[in-house]
Amino acid sequence: MNSKPSPNATAVDRRTFLKGLGTSAVVVASAQAKAAADEIDKAAGPGPQGPGAVPVTLTINGEKKDFSLEPRVTLLDALRNYGPLTGTKEVCDRATCGACSVLVDGKLIYSCTKLAIDAQGHEITTIEGLAKDGKLTPVQEAFIECDALMCGFCTPGFVLATTALLAENPKPSEEQVRHACSGNICRCGTYPHILKAALKASGQAVTETTTVMTYGVA
Amino acid sequence: MAWPNPSQYLGKPATRLDGAAKVTGAAKYSYDVQPDGWLYGMILRSKLPAAKVTKIDLTKAQAMPGVKAVILAEGEQRTVRYYGQELAAVAATTKQQCLDALRAIEVTAEPLPFVVKEDDAMQPDAPSAVGGPPEPVPPAAPGTSPPSAPPEPESPNISKANVKGAAQADVDAAMASAAVVCEAELRTPVQLHHPLETHGSTVSVSGGQVTAWASTQGIFSVRDGLAGSLGVPQSNVRVICDYMGGGFGAKFGPGVHGGLAAKLSQAAGAPVKVMLTRFDQGLAVGNRPSSIQKIKFAAGADGKLIAADVENHGSPGISGGGKSAGGGGGATINTPYPIYKFPIFCAKQYGVVMNTGPSSAFRAPGHPPASYGTESMIDELAVKLGMDPLEFRLLNDTDPIRQREYAAGREKFGWNAKYKKPGTSPGPVKTGIGCAGATWGGGGRGTQAEAQINPDGTVEVRCGTQDLGTGSRTVVAIVAGEAFGIEPHQITVRIGDTNLPYSGGSGGSSTSASVSPAVWDACQKALAQLQLQSGVADARGANWSGACQKLGTTPLSAHGEWQEGYSSGGAGGVNFAEVEVDTETGYVRVKKIVSANDCGLIVNPLTTTSQINGGILCGMGYALYEERIMDRHTGMLLNTSFDSYKITGMSDCPEIEVILIDMPERGVIGIGEPAVIPSAGAIANAVANAIGVRVHNLPITPAKVLAALGKVPNMPNV
Repeated sequence: MNSKPSPNATAVDRRTFLKGLGTSAVVVASAQAKAAADEIDKAAGPGPQGPGAVPVTLTINGEKKDFSLEPRVTLLDALRNYGPLTGTKEVCDRATCGACSVLVDGKLIYSCTKLAIDAQGHEITTIEGLAKDGKLTPVQEAFIECDALMCGFCTPGFVLATTALLAENPKPSEEQVRHACSGNICRCGTYPHILKAALKASGQAVTETTTVMTYGVA
Repeated sequence: MAWPNPSQYLGKPATRLDGAAKVTGAAKYSYDVQPDGWLYGMILRSKLPAAKVTKIDLTKAQAMPGVKAVILAEGEQRTVRYYGQELAAVAATTKQQCLDALRAIEVTAEPLPFVVKEDDAMQPDAPSAVGGPPEPVPPAAPGTSPPSAPPEPESPNISKANVKGAAQADVDAAMASAAVVCEAELRTPVQLHHPLETHGSTVSVSGGQVTAWASTQGIFSVRDGLAGSLGVPQSNVRVICDYMGGGFGAKFGPGVHGGLAAKLSQAAGAPVKVMLTRFDQGLAVGNRPSSIQKIKFAAGADGKLIAADVENHGSPGISGGGKSAGGGGGATINTPYPIYKFPIFCAKQYGVVMNTGPSSAFRAPGHPPASYGTESMIDELAVKLGMDPLEFRLLNDTDPIRQREYAAGREKFGWNAKYKKPGTSPGPVKTGIGCAGATWGGGGRGTQAEAQINPDGTVEVRCGTQDLGTGSRTVVAIVAGEAFGIEPHQITVRIGDTNLPYSGGSGGSSTSASVSPAVWDACQKALAQLQLQSGVADARGANWSGACQKLGTTPLSAHGEWQEGYSSGGAGGVNFAEVEVDTETGYVRVKKIVSANDCGLIVNPLTTTSQINGGILCGMGYALYEERIMDRHTGMLLNTSFDSYKITGMSDCPEIEVILIDMPERGVIGIGEPAVIPSAGAIANAVANAIGVRVHNLPITPAKVLAALGKVPNMPNV
């Protein structure tokens, strides 16, 4: 902690600044400044926090959970290392691979580039939250049936990306699936089977592309 | 001894045993394991590509909040030889505390000359990447040098030649008599493995007992490596790899990071997890060596190959060894690619040492670069002779299995209807097609397994192999299910633990061929025992439950071993590629791939197809997108993550059709590697066919396509 600046040493937050502006300016401007400060408060939350741990409450898969986290802790880190919900994978930690995808209020995001404190007040759904009472979703079923996974490390991200797509667009075209899954990568090369799985999960016909040719004893 | 024919489960598509665990996030990878009291571990790496380190001050880091251990990777005063070499490691309660502690370690180092580009390293006046003055070239005694001996390399960073084949003069003579000769220099980049789960492990050292959860292709090689470095008996080390997020050849042994995790655990008295960051992954844990191939091929007017003369300079980074090392080092490639039988050839190979991270095996080591070089020049010969490149191959690659594969693929792909002379496709967006072939050794080897039958009819099969994502776990269940006549998903499979019977590393496409015969043997012995004890003559299938009940209260188990006759090697395959090249932007789109592969007895066509898709797409990345870029001026890696090191993505993915040539009589053959080999060659040939000129340098980027078309200048080598 020795090298870190004290959180309050130079803390002139935007509210204090705007309030100060209000008292030294004309009355009309003061009212406007106060309104602006209130707006900022609503948007920015309780003002400067940290750098030490602060209480954070996250709603994950329908359950409220309390954490004590440094404000710099990402949602990914919070889920995996404090959750611990390790289904969300850390692969690049800089928004280039999609393995850390989660749904926030139903919208697909990279959890490595969202701070945990910023995820408060939102509904977070991780891969662990999709199946209810052990019953897999159609997307999960289709991934298994089409072998849309190999090592499986990218799989939670792809399952969530596909889930988010089908929620918005229940009968996507092949191009739309490709587009929706372009924020995720896979090194094993499961893409052709993911494409199949997405179409299958949406009730569309899937073409078999493997032919087995048996020759007699050579 | 043979596999049953017809079979009930072997060769039938089966979903993965662990599919549900992987789609729900329940599967615990090495990255996910969190034993009680675990600490986060991170490594401090050299920021200089070559330096004399005089001081590494850990005191500030040791005093930081949450820090439980700070250790040196080696001694304090040492020489580092590449950017990213390990200097020190820290363990702390949180990732953030680790990051803070790494920043607080003070390193004093004196920079040394370095070289990180092949062309620079090969200059006569280049600094030696391994230090010291260039070794003087000993003068050859007059008359002692054979006429074909290659000249001594001029740079301190080039190894002595590894020479294979005939004398140069004889090859030259054969070339002189040939109807057509094609000559070119072709280059391939350093390719990074980038498995999605980085290298790493969680290690607990406590009271002389070691437990390691490692992301590895060889649990036993991790065990032996840790036992050696910690000086403890192998039997005190247990390595677990329940799930691992991909391995493409570089995840064997504990690695420097595994050793550091163990030492941090010793120092901190708690389990320590060291999983590399994506940035670190590109630096120090292996890569596919580069190649600079000077190729000269000759053929007769009848289209038969006559002679090959090949010279390759490839860099395995710092592991090249330099001038004093002979034999090309880890950068040796299989050139001229051995599916073509040249009546006479000569191949000279040199290793180029540079101040970059060491190379390692990477999916079909030595094959994809050689295949790309050879297959490119095979197409050039065919074009020069006015022949269809596929006909040219059928004439010169007489292997009966590849002949079948070419025939089957040709039809499925529609080669005859699609083939046009190079560059004759109309319009600005040109289409082209190409093909290429592959060969791979593979084969099985010593593996042990155990089958336990319980009185309630449940079965547990145990084998100390690991599943890289290839589907090995499911292969075990299918083989056992076949033996007992019960559904594979009813089998409990235990793998990924050194407490289980031994199996070797998963490399060289050997896992299925090693594991299947051992599991079959164990199950056959268990079945015989069950039939003996229960008095049921055939306990399989419908009789299973009844026979098992007769065991009373005692389960039975049997040990099995790998047996001859159930597996073989020598797989091969061919790929056909169709591409579209936009001659205004240089953008290459792969439209379609048809891949025909022989897999012997196909245990599971569903996961086999996945493996082949994966090989095709990895090879496609090699052809079009992937390249490690080092900075000449700082010696740093420039493309450190997936935003700048591009791999094949979902939108790039072409339509793929896979043909599996089923040959049960050959036994089980691995398929992980053959499919990656011909991918780049086929795509490169398709691009050349589309635009009528060849890009001689992978990856085939838009800039290189436009340069080949003469629309922009060649990119300088920066």
